[in-house]
Amino acid sequence: MYVVACIKQVPDTTQVQIDPVTNTLVRDGIPFIVNPYDTHALEESLRMKARYGFKAAALSMGPPNTEATLRKALALGVDEVILCSDRAFGGADTLSTSNVLAAAIRKLAQEDEVGIVFCGKQTIDGDTAQVGPGIAIRLGFSQLTLVDRIEHLDFLAKKIRVRRKLEGRYEIVEAKLPAMITVVRELNRPRYPTVPMRLKAAKAEVKVWDNKELQLDPNSVGLKGSPTWVSRIFSPQRAAGEIIGDGLGDPAGTARLLLEKLVASDMLAV
Amino acid sequence: MQPDPMIFTPLLAAAGLIFAWSCYRRFSLVGVGASEDRFSSLPERLQGMFLFAFLQKRVLSRPFGINHLFIFWSFLILAVANTEFLVAGVFPAAKLSHILPAALYQPLLMAFDLVSLCALAAIVVALVRRAVAPPYEGARTGEAFAILSMIGTLMLAYFGLHAAEIAMGQEPAAQAMPISSALASLLAGQGPYTLESLAQISWWLHAGVLLFFLNYLPYSKHMHILAAIPNCFFKGLDTPNTQPREEFVEGNVYGAGSIDRFTWKDLFDSFSCTECGRCEKSCPAATTGKPLNPRLVMHDIKVNLLANGNLLQRGGEPAVPVIGEAEGCIRPDALWSCTSCGTCLAACPVFIEQMPKITKMRRHLVQMEADFPEELLNLFENMEQRSNPWGIAPGERGKWAGGREVQQFEAGKTEYLYFVGCAGSFDSRSKQVTLAMTRIMEAAGVSYGILGKEEKCCGDSLRRLGNEYLFDKMARENVAQFQEKGVTKIITQCPHCFTTLKNDYRQYGLELEVIPHAEFIESLLAQGKLKLDHHAKKGGNIVFHDSCYLGRHNGVYEAPRAVIAQATGSAPAEMERNRENSFCCGAGGGRMWMEEHLGERINLNRVSEALAGNPGTICTTCPYCMTMMEDGLKDRSSGGTTVKDIAELVAEGLQG
Repeated sequence: MYVVACIKQVPDTTQVQIDPVTNTLVRDGIPFIVNPYDTHALEESLRMKARYGFKAAALSMGPPNTEATLRKALALGVDEVILCSDRAFGGADTLSTSNVLAAAIRKLAQEDEVGIVFCGKQTIDGDTAQVGPGIAIRLGFSQLTLVDRIEHLDFLAKKIRVRRKLEGRYEIVEAKLPAMITVVRELNRPRYPTVPMRLKAAKAEVKVWDNKELQLDPNSVGLKGSPTWVSRIFSPQRAAGEIIGDGLGDPAGTARLLLEKLVASDMLAV
Repeated sequence: MQPDPMIFTPLLAAAGLIFAWSCYRRFSLVGVGASEDRFSSLPERLQGMFLFAFLQKRVLSRPFGINHLFIFWSFLILAVANTEFLVAGVFPAAKLSHILPAALYQPLLMAFDLVSLCALAAIVVALVRRAVAPPYEGARTGEAFAILSMIGTLMLAYFGLHAAEIAMGQEPAAQAMPISSALASLLAGQGPYTLESLAQISWWLHAGVLLFFLNYLPYSKHMHILAAIPNCFFKGLDTPNTQPREEFVEGNVYGAGSIDRFTWKDLFDSFSCTECGRCEKSCPAATTGKPLNPRLVMHDIKVNLLANGNLLQRGGEPAVPVIGEAEGCIRPDALWSCTSCGTCLAACPVFIEQMPKITKMRRHLVQMEADFPEELLNLFENMEQRSNPWGIAPGERGKWAGGREVQQFEAGKTEYLYFVGCAGSFDSRSKQVTLAMTRIMEAAGVSYGILGKEEKCCGDSLRRLGNEYLFDKMARENVAQFQEKGVTKIITQCPHCFTTLKNDYRQYGLELEVIPHAEFIESLLAQGKLKLDHHAKKGGNIVFHDSCYLGRHNGVYEAPRAVIAQATGSAPAEMERNRENSFCCGAGGGRMWMEEHLGERINLNRVSEALAGNPGTICTTCPYCMTMMEDGLKDRSSGGTTVKDIAELVAEGLQG
């Protein structure tokens, strides 16, 4: 049985700036990282591999340089990595992205049954949280989002019970396998690659699947298959702040001033 | 009196053979370690051996060291007497008094006589010390008392034998032996049978204890008698904190996870340790209740070697790992407690290298097991991704300057590269030190430039934490950048950058002049390039805290003190532990990035020491020390005491 982690290469957002003229992200020289939530998806797939003996695969869609991200997954211990890369896939929104990833999982399932697909709850560049659910819908998998704990897995009976972390409450849900699970950071603590694994990963095979392999309708992928597109990116204007007190002379007085201002502006209720 | 050689000769031969066999068995175990060159620079090695083994320079640096010096030299001198004793046991005619002229053997016998008394007195002192005020908790071992008692017995038997012989009139050189003669006079009036019995018993007691002692040595911690002198010869000639590089190719293993991954010298160290406890007494981890004790690290390595050595010699796999919870293993939390301050290295009288072994074991944990304290995951990723420990965007690096224009380094146009470092670039408190440095350099008209956004972390914490793979990557990048930009002279304000650029990068073929800010400011002052107004200086009396990486690791002790003296008009006050005996702030060795859950906080211990003199200012030379001291002061809520870097002190006094 396969357990698949979908991972995305994202720009290191702490370093991203917006070009004020073109309203696009300045990506030149900005390093890429694995989307932080996806590292937890990857970690959970590796834990399942260790515990149940599943085959762990990592899957990504992106330009050829995404290979570096998949090599990181190899260094952590996944058995195989697949990169969906084709010019035709470029400019994809969440719908066409999930079309491609779902097709790749379907293709993988021809080799062996896919039991669980893990995704991060969202990416830090797009922040839509739509691709995971999109994959689940397209594959007809159970959809379990915002999971912070795997309560129980019975893969013979094809059942999984998880805890979802919602605002102010938890929800325990049981579902049938195969399932698509999006994960939050609390689920686990990602591991660190050992040096021998890093060196091995540097030479391992990264399977690249283009649309010849996936055989998707060209109108369902990339820009053509995307009903939405980014028209403009901008930083919201922010009113100038105000320094209250000097923070040293009279801390209690400063705190009182701050409190009054927050109450007056309806940010705090007393 | 001489025993029958027919009885003694086979005994001596058997004891000698067993001793040789034991030594061979023990010492050959170090052969399971990896190779390492410790034979280069012969003159320097011999000089070190002379100074530290024979003159006991380091032994003498602590109380009771002089007592050890007496025992050591007594041993050497009495080795001649004991050789005569054993030879004469086989060939009765070979006594010194028979083969040497009186002018030679009489002074020799007198020396033996006096030295034996000296040794006896020193042994008594050692016994009393161990019983009343042992060097460390747990030093009152049966083994220690047994060894001391055996040496004492040898001396008593020596006097018993010679006093009896003199009383019987059998010693022609009696007048040359004042102590034995005095004792002989006490025996006056005893019958010949009593005297003969005393001589017989003393002779056999001396022979028996001597041969037993010889055969006990290789199996006890007193093996240092055999190993310590060569260990001083083999001492590390480079700065000990500069670990060997590792080669990252497939199939290699990294660090030391089993005993055979240490070098033969690492293993020889374990035989040289006599568990004097000096490292433990000065170790900031051990003295604040952490699970690390450098003495026990050496002990466990020895136990591990004894458990695995024969197996490995037969080509087997080690049965006991070197890192773990069992006996003969070192606990991971002990390894992570090390601040790499190097005080163990400075304290060891026989140059055992405890700390580098800890780094080797950390290398194994990080690189082979990916097993390390949780907090370090963030650190490692921040370093790899953003080349600084905080994970701040590299683009922010030049922003410490505020709106001020700072010249970028350009070979030919700027003389020095001012390597600001991560703390100086990102830490809000340290940024003030950076600004103070620029004010000083500008006031002195120094031609300097920075790398700004292009500056990268030196990788110090990674190397000390055992993440050699990442360190290697960052070192290569830095070295390539320095070479490409034609950097030849660097000024640092962080001792960790300093030691890394100066010592560690040399392994990458980079030979630069790296100058710590303490020495740089000192030279500016010496050249009269800074006009200081020390009467304007506030901050009250100043106490100086040594940075381990400036002090112990690089020997820079006086420059910061000289700078303070010139900036304020008076020398700084000293803490009780200063210079090579200084006590770490607790942040070195990557501890800066880890929580301190176990034992007393190291920085609080140090701050309390600093506050003993009621200082107005604690003066530091390192951003980590500054953070730790300031945190400690907050905890001690010590009123007006502040922490300042020497650069800030100087900048405050700048005229104009």
